[in-house]
Amino acid sequence: MNYDLIVIGGGPAGYVGAIRAAQLGKRVACVEKERAGGTCLNWGCIPTKSLLRNAELFHLMKHRGGEFGFSFENLRFDWSKIIKRSRDIADKNAAGIEYLFKKNKVEYVRGEASLTEAGAVTVNSADGKTRELEAAKILIATGVVSRPLSGFPFNGRTVIGSREAMVLEKQPKDIIIIGAGAIGVEFAYFFNAFGTKVTLLEMMPNILPLEDTEVSQTLEKAFAKQGINVLAGTKVVKAEADASGVRISVEGKKSESLEAEVCLVAIGVQPLLPAGLSLQLTPRNFIQTTDRYQTSVAGVFAAGDIIGPPLLAHTASYEAIQAVEGMFTDHVPKRINAFPSCTYCQPQVASVGLTERAAREQGLKLRIGKFPFSASGKARAAGEVDGFVKLLFGEPYGELLGAHIIGAEATEMIAELGLALTLEATHEDIEASIHAHPTLSEAVHEATGQAFGTAIHL
Amino acid sequence: MPYIEMPKLSDTMTEGTVVKWRKAVGEPVGIGDVIAEIETDKAVMELEAFDGGTLQEIYVSEGGKAPIGEKLALLLAAGEDAPQKDHRAAKTQQVNPLAVSPSRRSPAPAKAEKATAPVSRGRVKASPLAKKIAGAKSVDLALIQGSGPGGRIVARDVESAPVTPAAIPTAAATIPVLPPGLGDRRIPLTGMRKIIAERLLASKTQIPHFYLNIEVDAGELVRLRAHLNEHLEKSGQGKLTFNDFILKAVVAAVTKVPRVNASFAGDAVIEYSDIHLSVAVAVEDGLVTPVIRQAQKKSLREISEAVKDLATRARSKKLKPEEYQGGTLTVSNLGSYGIDGFSAVINPPQAVILSIGAIVKKPVLNAQDQIVPGHRLAIGLSADHRVVDGAIGAQYLAELRGLLENPAALLL
Repeated sequence: MNYDLIVIGGGPAGYVGAIRAAQLGKRVACVEKERAGGTCLNWGCIPTKSLLRNAELFHLMKHRGGEFGFSFENLRFDWSKIIKRSRDIADKNAAGIEYLFKKNKVEYVRGEASLTEAGAVTVNSADGKTRELEAAKILIATGVVSRPLSGFPFNGRTVIGSREAMVLEKQPKDIIIIGAGAIGVEFAYFFNAFGTKVTLLEMMPNILPLEDTEVSQTLEKAFAKQGINVLAGTKVVKAEADASGVRISVEGKKSESLEAEVCLVAIGVQPLLPAGLSLQLTPRNFIQTTDRYQTSVAGVFAAGDIIGPPLLAHTASYEAIQAVEGMFTDHVPKRINAFPSCTYCQPQVASVGLTERAAREQGLKLRIGKFPFSASGKARAAGEVDGFVKLLFGEPYGELLGAHIIGAEATEMIAELGLALTLEATHEDIEASIHAHPTLSEAVHEATGQAFGTAIHL
Repeated sequence: MPYIEMPKLSDTMTEGTVVKWRKAVGEPVGIGDVIAEIETDKAVMELEAFDGGTLQEIYVSEGGKAPIGEKLALLLAAGEDAPQKDHRAAKTQQVNPLAVSPSRRSPAPAKAEKATAPVSRGRVKASPLAKKIAGAKSVDLALIQGSGPGGRIVARDVESAPVTPAAIPTAAATIPVLPPGLGDRRIPLTGMRKIIAERLLASKTQIPHFYLNIEVDAGELVRLRAHLNEHLEKSGQGKLTFNDFILKAVVAAVTKVPRVNASFAGDAVIEYSDIHLSVAVAVEDGLVTPVIRQAQKKSLREISEAVKDLATRARSKKLKPEEYQGGTLTVSNLGSYGIDGFSAVINPPQAVILSIGAIVKKPVLNAQDQIVPGHRLAIGLSADHRVVDGAIGAQYLAELRGLLENPAALLL
């Protein structure tokens, strides 16, 4: 069978790249070994957002019901229904991708692909059949899987990765989470909201170490208030596991030995390289690509998590579209520039552009504007006064350099600032845009004003 | 009928050219008002309105031609509705429903349309940050190619752009000209003439030119070429022209004085490592400057072949854009036209151009102060004083003279 493009992997890079190529009139096959949608739809972004919605609702009712005038005699939750809701949503989304494949005439091939040679892919399906596919171009979008802590392998029960963590049959009494990136932080919030005793370990000085330090510190305080045991600047020195639980020795501000039923290892990921042809890799074993997403083998391209950070669904989709348009049109592919990062605990964290730390390291002259939600009418009405909007502007032109939001709807509010960055907006443009009242987004307007001395509500 | 059509203004007229619109879109028109000037094969005549109303749309822009009966504009009486837009059967050469700006109403017959070099664009798309930086650095956004989404000019485009002087003269004639009368010809500019007009006006107004001239003893060159060509002819190979030797010498001299192979870039001078030699070639109604790439790596024979190929294809208009773009230095040779010597206009953004005259036989004084017949070659150097100073220019010409007076070295 001959195609213009074979995409290996059906995640946010793979399915998006396949559909775009089909839209360009190309004959496309997309090979997926599990389920269309990849980690994002099946084992990442979407199912965890379902779990987190349950968590925030329960947390609100349980701990803040009185504030809103609610009281409950017997507030309970059904763990298995929480998990099932998440799985049903994932299934529905995956079916949606399969529908999109049909609609766009992308041939969806189930099985494990290996790269026989440039232009040839062998697919072994679960029923033992083998298919040979040929195409002028191949796009590798196989993504990544959770990386184990060395000497502390996953065992599927007491030492788990994010994938197992979202389908635990029984709510654990206590859990130790190693790694406080977005995944570790979201699961910490989730389990804690339902009453699991959570210890969150992070080697770097702050949780969410890639975010603006002020944001990380604010989240640490919020988490501590919620009852999460946050141990930042703490290293795991010894870790043991058996069928009944884990024992972990840590060194940080103090050295201690921790025990729990389950340990979630969320220290990062490792690439999932396709079998066959060996391609040139980066020092961290991701696939090395050029500015056009070309690998070391002619005709073989790669996009998404498999080519390295940022490891995000939305950047993966962007890369795949760039790669495919570069292959089939005269478009000059672009690499990722500014992209939003979102963490869906409560309070939520979202950012785009430079952190204050990075801007200072680059020696940039800055003007910083900050507006706390405690000064926002809408935030008070919603009972969501935690957090702030922090905006970084350059001198002398006042262009937006970075935006950092921690608060209730941070992940929805960041889009405006992503657009501002892409358009190279200056503070005048944000100030000249009327922001609806009452909204949380007014805080963006006010933070801008605060940087330039024109804020009204501070 | 709400349309104004091309009238038959003379017995022999088949088509006319709209020289000028006297009324702009949106302007009221009274019966008998002159709305346009139409040029026939014989004369420029005034077109009067037979109906009153408002000029709604113009279909043939100034300079555009239309056959008799073709719709030129839409004139609507008060309360009259515009008809369905089915009139753009594009028989005319330029059917642009223009947005006529008020400046067109100026009485000067010359076009007052704002032209922007090098490519005229409508609205400039630029990010807010790009606009601010451009304002601070006095960079004209109209001259910048945008690299952002949809060709938008973004900050990095402005930061890498050369600083442009505050007032940029436009290529369009701003000095009123005598209106063409009976028997005069009005020749609309071709694309090439427009570019020549824009680029050379920009060159003469923005680049501080200065000129150096030398006369080279070409006796040895004449002897060497005659000798070589005799052999080449016998062995059936193509002959070498004087121009081939001169081009080779120009390039060889640049390797000694690389400063002349440069551009002024606003806040820096860029000295190029490769010599991409532009060679001026006269073509029908203009000239082009095809480029011999990496000329410093080419032998005399290779340069000869390259220039022959490029010139042939230039005359038949078969050059690809990349073949006439990106030169770093230009040679213009008018020797074959019998010109003794001249000073060419710099081909921007290059820093120098060499003007080569004819090799002339004339009496010269030899080393013993005797008058003897000699061959002399006049060479002019026009240079951008921001990049090249007089001493550097002189040093370069001395190298060039040395090579042309001892041309055997060019064969190595």
